[in-house]
Amino acid sequence: MLEHKDIVEEIKVIVFRLVDEEYGVEVNQVRSIEHMQKITRVPRTPDFVKGVINLRGIVTPVIDLKSRFDLGEENYTDTTRIIIVAVDDMEVGLIVDAANDVIDIPVNKIEQPPAVVGGINKAYLRGVAKLSDRLLIMLNLDKVLSNEEIQAMSSMER
Amino acid sequence: MDMNQYLDMFIEESKEHLQAINENLLALEQNPQSLDIVNVIFRSAHTLKGMAATMGFEQMAHLTHDMENGLDLMRNGKLAVTQEVMDVLFSCVDVLETQLHQIIETGTDAGVNVEALVAQLKAIASGKPVAAAVPSASVAPAAAAGEAESNDNLDLNEYESTILQQSKEKGFTGYKIVVRLEEKCVMRAARAYMVFDAYERVGEIIKSEPRVEDLEEEKFENEFMLVLVTQEDIEKVRKTGLNVSEVASVEVTEIDVHQAPAQPAAPTPAVAAHVEPIVQAVSQAAATASVAEAPKAAAHDARKPQLGKSVRVDIERLDVLINLFSELVIDRTRLEQIARELGNQSLYETVEHMSRISTDLQNIVMTIRMVPVETVFNRFPRMVRDLARDLNKKVNFVIRGQETELDRTVIDEIGDPLVHLLRNSLDHGLENPEARRQNGKDETGLVELVAFHSGNHVFIEITDDGNGINRAGVLKKAIEKGIVDPFAAENMTDQQVYDLLFHSGFSTAEKISDVSGRGVGLDVVKTKIESLGGRVLVQSQPGKGTKFSIQLPLTLSIIQAMLVQISDEKYAIPLSSIIETAIINKADVKRVHKQAVIDFRGRVVPLLSLEEIFSIPRPEPQGLEEENVVIVRKGDKMAALVVDAFIGQQEVVLKSLGKYLTGGVFAISGATILGDGQVALIMDCNALIQ
Repeated sequence: MLEHKDIVEEIKVIVFRLVDEEYGVEVNQVRSIEHMQKITRVPRTPDFVKGVINLRGIVTPVIDLKSRFDLGEENYTDTTRIIIVAVDDMEVGLIVDAANDVIDIPVNKIEQPPAVVGGINKAYLRGVAKLSDRLLIMLNLDKVLSNEEIQAMSSMER
Repeated sequence: MDMNQYLDMFIEESKEHLQAINENLLALEQNPQSLDIVNVIFRSAHTLKGMAATMGFEQMAHLTHDMENGLDLMRNGKLAVTQEVMDVLFSCVDVLETQLHQIIETGTDAGVNVEALVAQLKAIASGKPVAAAVPSASVAPAAAAGEAESNDNLDLNEYESTILQQSKEKGFTGYKIVVRLEEKCVMRAARAYMVFDAYERVGEIIKSEPRVEDLEEEKFENEFMLVLVTQEDIEKVRKTGLNVSEVASVEVTEIDVHQAPAQPAAPTPAVAAHVEPIVQAVSQAAATASVAEAPKAAAHDARKPQLGKSVRVDIERLDVLINLFSELVIDRTRLEQIARELGNQSLYETVEHMSRISTDLQNIVMTIRMVPVETVFNRFPRMVRDLARDLNKKVNFVIRGQETELDRTVIDEIGDPLVHLLRNSLDHGLENPEARRQNGKDETGLVELVAFHSGNHVFIEITDDGNGINRAGVLKKAIEKGIVDPFAAENMTDQQVYDLLFHSGFSTAEKISDVSGRGVGLDVVKTKIESLGGRVLVQSQPGKGTKFSIQLPLTLSIIQAMLVQISDEKYAIPLSSIIETAIINKADVKRVHKQAVIDFRGRVVPLLSLEEIFSIPRPEPQGLEEENVVIVRKGDKMAALVVDAFIGQQEVVLKSLGKYLTGGVFAISGATILGDGQVALIMDCNALIQ
């Protein structure tokens, strides 16, 4: 159970699911959560880049987190959501299997990640939050959204 | 007092004044006798001095102060306009520009040393006066009165006092009017305008202190002064001012023309000629106060500065406006589609009407962003002059069509390419005077910079009457650099040879000079122009000259495009790169080195499958006999793109793919949102054609 000895700093986190693991991104990095919609494919981009959507007049790129982390086949269902996140003015949609929870977690509950968690390289992780009844994998969005792969792709073309 | 809030304004205005001084100095060089020009320069220097001193930039104020002294001597005919004087003045402008740059970057002007120039200015100013330079009948009183010790705080220049003098002869009276606004007055600029307006109904305002521009921008406390020429009596004049609300007091004094300082005994002929029409205009304006619009307009033209009817808008706000408008264009397309589907007559009509209005609105919004190319062109005369001197060449530089307008984004980018081309024309194009004489040409070469508008494009042409492009020289160099196969060289057309100039790493100058010839240049120009969606062409006649033409799109944010469909995907192809659409028979497709080609109007054109290039998934292969193709071009190269269907032509709003994908996608320049809300990608044909 949570101990109430000290007042600890808490962060608000959006919880989403990929296959059967739970992940978290800080709420202040999230712009909105959208239902699945028609995505326009963008040719000659890495497989995990699903394309672009019309997000209220702004063309927004969308990537599939499962294929980004090689977590298995994409199968879009009614619970599939696109989480729009913003990092350094860069808005990107992340396709996840479900997103339905917002929770507060105390900062001191976030631990350094082990080398590999659920098949995801440590570099993409900020840490693991161990809560009483669940384990949350916190993502390091800066790294996940680094567009090195995209740039590498384009230099190959030339 | 914290001056930071005024810094931006100071920088903006200083730039304008420096540009004005630069232009007027060039004009003065052409026309050394013109007192008017000296006066304009003097005023700009004076304003600069005032602004710099207020802002605490002492070095700048120091330099402008001495410049002003020199100019004062010039306008009083004590100093002749010689090449030496002009050179010093030009270098003053350069130093002022450097100072301004430094102020922008570091916030201080302390680092630039002005003493050498100040010494030069002083030397000029103290040099023996050349009285004969300006045919002014009496310069002595003018000089004696001077700027500093002007009578009654009223320093009229020669021009203004001549007007007063002549008005007097025609029965008009000059009044000095000091208007004081109420302390609590909020919109002082507007009140000042109303006062001006009221006085212009009864007479002609020949001077104001502070200047009209400053009044317009509220750069005054509560008081300003004007000099009015009118037939009305003093009481009427006072009442006219007081009738404007929020005016606290109006103090009117009659100007005794004979005591007016800087009053020459007889006006110079040039000034008198200018003054005459104004005085006439005044009499007409007074006679038919309400209807005398036309002659008043003439008087306005003759008398700068006038109350402008423009506002300054932050460019970012304009960008927001354009973005919002783009949204509207998308919704318009959507509405049109819905109206068509529903078939409701009154809805249809309303939508129709809305579309028409929004089309008009679109035109206006786009023109707001348009800026005359003058803003880029106006720095070239100075540059060409300096270059010509460095190169020891004589140039007559002609600019035409500087009023032609282009989108701001294009304007911002076009400067450097034009500098390259102009340098190129001067350095490589024009011969030196001896060579020109030997060839039976005028020693002074001609370089023309012309802009004009045609259809959806703006053309900018740089023409010189130099030696033309040396075909053999270009080929020799190209072969040396391994750009061209020696055997192929023989058969190249002149045009193909000229296009080699745009090849990267190509430079024909035997000697590497400061000006051009570093082997970067023309290829950079070409890349830049193409990135703006434009084209560069070169034409040349041996011995006669060379012409570079740049073709640019009017705007970058809303473009005409052809929508095409391939399998389930829709793409937009900019109309500017499309030559035409065609239907070809599969049997007509031939193969050359494994590349499918078709014969298109006698030319062999590669046939590109977009399905393959973009790896577009297709559930079932088509087995059609005929194929739809879009013929696109890049420069004079062409390609035929295979598509399933043409959806139609429409206006699309160019959007970025988002920062995440920017720069990473091959042959896609952006995206647009279609009427049904779907995103369609915009093809970059330049990347498709190698």
